Amino acid sequence: MSSLQSLDIAARSATTNPSPSVRRDPEVAKLIDVTSCIGCKACQVACMQWNDLRDEIGDNDGTYDNPRDLTPASWTVMRFSEVELEPNRLEWLIRKDGCMHCEDPGCLKACPAPGAIVKYSNGIVDFISENCIGCGSCVTGCPFDIPRISKKDNKAYKCSLCADRVTVGLEPACVKACPTGAIRFGTKDDMKEFAAVRVVDLKERGYQQAGLYDPAGVGGTHVMYVLQHADQPQLYHGLPANPRISPLVALWKGVLKPLGVLAMIGAVAGSFFHYMKVGPLESGED
Amino acid sequence: MDTTGYLQRYSDWDRMNHWALVILFFCTALSGLAMFHPSLFFLATLFGGGPWTRILHPFGGVLVFVSFGGMYLRWARHNTWDADDRAWLDQAGAMLAGRAHQMPPVGRYNAGQKILFWWMTVSLLVLLVTGLLFWRPYFAGYLPIGLVRLATLAHSLTAVALVIGIVVHIYAAIWVKGTTRAMTRGLVSESWAKHHHSRWYAQMTQQKR
Repeated sequence: MSSLQSLDIAARSATTNPSPSVRRDPEVAKLIDVTSCIGCKACQVACMQWNDLRDEIGDNDGTYDNPRDLTPASWTVMRFSEVELEPNRLEWLIRKDGCMHCEDPGCLKACPAPGAIVKYSNGIVDFISENCIGCGSCVTGCPFDIPRISKKDNKAYKCSLCADRVTVGLEPACVKACPTGAIRFGTKDDMKEFAAVRVVDLKERGYQQAGLYDPAGVGGTHVMYVLQHADQPQLYHGLPANPRISPLVALWKGVLKPLGVLAMIGAVAGSFFHYMKVGPLESGED
Repeated sequence: MDTTGYLQRYSDWDRMNHWALVILFFCTALSGLAMFHPSLFFLATLFGGGPWTRILHPFGGVLVFVSFGGMYLRWARHNTWDADDRAWLDQAGAMLAGRAHQMPPVGRYNAGQKILFWWMTVSLLVLLVTGLLFWRPYFAGYLPIGLVRLATLAHSLTAVALVIGIVVHIYAAIWVKGTTRAMTRGLVSESWAKHHHSRWYAQMTQQKR
């Protein structure tokens, strides 16, 4: 959804030569401190407002999740999980779900349309909708089940980390709206430093397993969580413990894509040289 | 035309079916290749751009399958494997080196042609099933992501195998002179038949008498 004139593109989908990348920006990150989230959904409202999106009104399924799932018009959703790790001690874990902006984005790797998905040098992964062909490969590639294909226009949509705001020095809309400071934004280094302080604090308060969620399997992410139970991320509405690009997708795009083209060219070249070496097979009058 | 010295190899319907399949296959293969590797994305232009390529490819694929089905029904019985095929295959090296006269007698199809026939049959079946599994917007959204991933990988792999099979098929027709007439006119020369399909030649000439 963002501009194509950027000079700070680190990677571009379905592109085999370098993208415009003379400009380097520091890596940014959004830090979501699940332990100080009160589930007010101000971030959801701010996201709708800034991106000018209004989802269809859905129905209630007996949880606080509203809407029930991410959609092409809802790029972030609060996920409410009720867990009882110790008997009679209910914990209400509220995780703001949305694109994690992976350093090694599975969506970008899987996308066949040149420039439909870009990763800026600051780490933001964005969908450039005018190049999207609607094939759904980004859904196939994503380890976090984030992109949603619109039934209206067959384009893929997800959180842009407010790339348009960040470009002009503003923080993402959700960060701006958060009343408890549970969502922060800055350079990735600063966010890690801040998270480390939070983790020490949480450990002092008895959460021995508190930690930062910045999964190495996808090269780290530009949306990170502080979790009180970092040893069990799946408690937070199935946040994957070791997310990585599926080996099936890696085989498809990493091995088959180049070798397949080579094999097909090989078959044609082999046929040509066979003819030149052996010559045609004649049978008399023909 | 005077058909003295020629044998009927394919009927009018055989040929129309074959060439319809050729057109459908090229449309489907080129649109598929556009989405397979960025270096081939320019092929999407032939179909009206990326989104149209994505929309048309699966419908083309279904038509390819249906079209091949017609040929399968008529020709599968000529492509059953028998003991002579084993002997032919053992000599395949001599064939490739251009020493066709060393080959054991062949019926309507030789072992190489039969293998290619089943190669195409199996490939198209796999491509149809796997293709349906990740066809958007109709099916993929209702299926588990693991299955969609597996289907996508299997579809791409099989497509490469099929394209290579088709390259071999086209090359064989160019390499063995007198073959293309079978599909353009339905006729092959008696000399061609005697050289490459002697058992079929004997069968055909007996029928004639």
